[in-house]
This record gives sequence, C-alpha cells and structure tokens, in this order.
Amino acid sequence: MPQILVEALAKTYRVAERAPGLTGALRGLVHRRWRPVHALANVSFSLEAGELLAFIGPNGAGKSTTVKILSGILRPTSGRVEVGGLVPYEDRVRHVARIGVVFGQRSQLWWDLPVIDGFDLLADIYRVEPQRYRRRRDELVTMLRLEPLLDQPVRQLSLGQRMRAEFAAALLHDPAILFLDEPTIGLDAPSKLAVRDFVRRLNREQGVTVLLTTHDMHDVEALAERVIVIGQGRLLTDGPFDSLRASVLAERRLHIDFAGAAPVLEMPGVTVRARTERSLELAFDPTKIPTPKLIAAITAKHAVDDIHVDEPAIEEVIARFYDLHDAGEA
Amino acid sequence: MAAARPYLAAFRARCQLMLQYRAAALAGFATQLWWGAIRILVFAAFYGVNAAAAPISLADAVTYVWLGQALLALQPWIADPEIGLAVRTGGVGYDRLRPLDAYGYWYARSVGWMLARALPRAVLMVLAAGIVLPLVGLGDWAWRPPSGVTAALLFVPAFALMTMLGAAVLMLANIIVAASLNERGVNAVLTPLVIVFSGSLLPLDFYPDALRPFLHVQPLAGLVDIPFRIYFADLKGAAALQGLALQAGWTVVLIGLGRLAMERMMRRLEMQGG
Repeated sequence: MPQILVEALAKTYRVAERAPGLTGALRGLVHRRWRPVHALANVSFSLEAGELLAFIGPNGAGKSTTVKILSGILRPTSGRVEVGGLVPYEDRVRHVARIGVVFGQRSQLWWDLPVIDGFDLLADIYRVEPQRYRRRRDELVTMLRLEPLLDQPVRQLSLGQRMRAEFAAALLHDPAILFLDEPTIGLDAPSKLAVRDFVRRLNREQGVTVLLTTHDMHDVEALAERVIVIGQGRLLTDGPFDSLRASVLAERRLHIDFAGAAPVLEMPGVTVRARTERSLELAFDPTKIPTPKLIAAITAKHAVDDIHVDEPAIEEVIARFYDLHDAGEA
Repeated sequence: MAAARPYLAAFRARCQLMLQYRAAALAGFATQLWWGAIRILVFAAFYGVNAAAAPISLADAVTYVWLGQALLALQPWIADPEIGLAVRTGGVGYDRLRPLDAYGYWYARSVGWMLARALPRAVLMVLAAGIVLPLVGLGDWAWRPPSGVTAALLFVPAFALMTMLGAAVLMLANIIVAASLNERGVNAVLTPLVIVFSGSLLPLDFYPDALRPFLHVQPLAGLVDIPFRIYFADLKGAAALQGLALQAGWTVVLIGLGRLAMERMMRRLEMQGG
C-alpha cells in the first residue's frame, strides 16, 4: 500500500464572473454569475514511503492545490486521497500531526518572536515530548546551521536564513512526510544549494518522504528521481526525470569555433541555430547523426579551434513540453 | 494538563507578542485615564443635579468607571486583527496544519490577545486611580477596592467569566471577519453594540425601566455590568450567583454557536480555497 494515494482527484473552484466597469459591478450586486474553474481534473498518482517526487508546472497549473489537498487544508471536489491510510480532510487533526509543510511564500514562525521561542511553541502545539524535542531541535539546528540565528526575531532574518528556520519548524515533530510548496522561491544561489542539500539528506538519510512543487528546474535536476508534470490541472506525465528529458527532446547542440571564417554548412538533419563570423551553433538529433560522426565530418573539412557539445537547458525542455500539450499558463 | 498544552502555548505566544508593545500599553493607559476623568466629571454633574434618581452611589459609579477603563481591552469591541490578517494573507492555511481543534486554537489566542493588552493597563490604572488619587487628596474620585471579602471572592469568577465571555463574543466576530474577508463592517457593528449593551457606556440600571428586563438578561451584560456590580456588592448573595450563572450560561451558548459557525466557515474555506 503506497504512503500517498491519489485517485481521480478533481478540484473545481467557483469564480464570480461579472461584466467590466461600474455597470457590471452594479449588475453583479443583483445577479451574480459563477464560472467553474477546474484547478485539478482527474489527477492520479501514488507515492511510496521514502520517495522524493517533484511536481512541476507553470503558475496556475494546480501544483499548490494538490499540496493543499494532500496536507488537509482543502477539500477536493471529487476523487480519493489517502495519506498514510488517512483521508487528510476527513481526519485532519490526526493527519496533520504526521506531516510537515513548508510554503515558500509564507511563514509559520512568529514574526516578532525569536526563532527559538517559535520552536518551543511549535513543540508545545505538536505535543512533542520535551526530551525528544530537544534532541530533534539540536539535530536540525546543526544540520541547518541555525545556532547564530536562534535568538533573533524572525523578522530580522534574511529570506535564506528564514527558510532554513522554516524547514526546522516544519520538522520538529518528526513527520514522516514533508510537503514543500516552492521552497526555493526567491532564494539566492547558496541558499538554494543549502535547501537542496538539506532536503536530499532528509530524504536519503532519514527516509522522509518528500513531495515538492517548484518552478526551478535545478531543484528538480538536483533532487528528484521522479517528476510529475502538471498543466492546467491535468497530469501530463509521471516518470523518471531523465526519461522526461529524453522523451521531449533528443537534441544536442554543437558549438564550433573555426580557425578561419565560419563556413556555410549544409548537412541533412543539422540546423544552424546561430552564427558569428568565426563560430557556429548547430542543433542535431544524435539518434540520427551520432555526435562523433558529425564532429568528424566537420573537422575533416574545416580547421577548428574549439568544439563542444551540450544539451538544451532544462527550462527549454519543459517549455517545449508545455507547448506540446498546449498547457502553458492559463 | 497535557491536553491543554498546545492551547496554553498559543495563549502564551500571543501574550508574549503583545507584551512587547510597551508604547501601545502606555498610550492606551493615558487615553483611558483621560476618558475616565471625563466620564467621572459627567457623572459628577449628573449626581449634582439629581443624586436621588441614580441607581447606584456616586462612589460606586466612580469605581465602575475606573474598572471599566482599566479593563477596556477585555471587551470584544473589535475583532482580533490577527485573524483578519491571517485570512487576507492566507496564514489561515497554516492554522489548519496544526493538530488542534480550530476553535480552541483561535480562542486561546484571542484570550491571550485580550489579557495581554488589558493587564498592564489595569496595573497602571490601579496605581493611578487606586493609589495616587487618594494620596493627593482626591479620595472621593478614586478607584475603591471591592466591597468586602465576599465581593472580592465573587469577583474572581466574575472576572474569569467576563474574559471567557468576551473571548466567545470576539470569536463570533472573528469568524464573521474570516468568512467575509473584511473586518471593517464587523467592527462598525460590533463596537457600538458592545459599548452600549455591556454597560460600558452607562451602567445598565441607568437606562429606562422598560428596557431593563431585557438589558439584564442579554449576553453582553456579563461583560461589564454584572462583574462590576459584583465588585462593589450591588449584586450580592443570590443575585450575584444569578449574575455568574448568566455569564456562564451565555459563555457556553456563544462558544457553542461559535463552534458551529467556525465549522461551516472552515468547510467553505476548504471548498473555496484559502
């Protein structure tokens, strides 16, 4: 039995619709029309204990709605959800005691209180036994390098420092499952690395199941073996990250600096993406033209200074994927 | 005790936060001292014209005013601003993630908010109106201690109940704020209702005879009129016990109503998104 089970999940919001302008506002007072918005439609997936799954999708795709339903904040319109054998929105109190949640855009610590006071309060709220709490707190403080921040009020922390404190806050009660809704949003590079490193350790070393949503493809690349792509409330794909990349785009880029002027290249299956006086950037499909063969063909005819191969950036992979499914930002 | 631990923590957190605002406490105290003086002058003028028509003595009226000014922050005349903020910013979502009874969690925080604002001002008011005034020879206008040991002992539960009842009223306001996403409208209705019907503006016995049977049984009487009259033994014996019972009864009823309303409101938030 998987730890998280989602079957045919759907969530429909009602949005008040009204004509623009003052007349529209007046008409809205008398007669309001509602328009259904399908935030999620027929989403199914399951997750085993100890897995790390990333949800990616554009804004408004339904990522946060999914996390909110799984964490017990929202009630789905239809479908079945079980987390650790409990239905989150039916058995809220028991459910939330077993999960940790971090929303990248919100804070769960007390803005005006020192970090350590917030931790103490959360330990009380989650009824963590004092000895266990101290052990867990010290462990998290070490892992997240929080010592120097403990007696500072939360409002004085930088965003990166605050997120580290938020992670500790979400984990003091030792939850088996961690939901992260855009945990790296707005963070600088070192903070992002610290967060990723921490999440990875938590997952690998402590076996915490992690479900995260993100826009940041580097998060996904660094963390997740498994990725769900979601767009306009529909689940577009669910599988290993590498196969996602492979399925969408089997494309390589060849960057060549020539010793002399860049030649005019005409080869089947190869397109010129960019050219300068002495360099070319080519795109090709390595399943049709193997990379060594292409390089050999070029270096046989032209004097080359430098040459290197790379792949399209992962953002591009996803953007193309959305286009393919016509699932860009709604 | 273990069961109460999270709720005590919520209460403590709120107290701790509010106690940081020393300037607000001092400003509140100064305002309430000033208004207290004005209200006493108005009473003095009234008693000067026709003392016989007054339902309580001038000394009791003065104490009533000081008590009311000292404990003004215990009255639920505006919804808890933290709730309005939590609803607007979506912080309510995090509240739903706590393994707690949702009503109890907010209720504990609201009690913390009220007490933490009221207590420092009450202490300052005791010093100013109860100790300094007699020392400077204005004993007639001072805040007097409870009328006897029995009154003092009865005031303890009366005070506890006025706090709990106040929080129950506050919770109803909070829930309406959360449901309507707007606190202005709620406060615009709530403030005058509480100020008039609690007896905060005038002891309820000062209102016309025809209104009094109603005024003395409605829930808001338990916020000011009943506990204060117990304090100076205007309500004593069976009448005092009856007053306490009224406070307790309305507290239970309003908490029950609040829980129902909260459940419906949360159901709607769950449906519509936070």
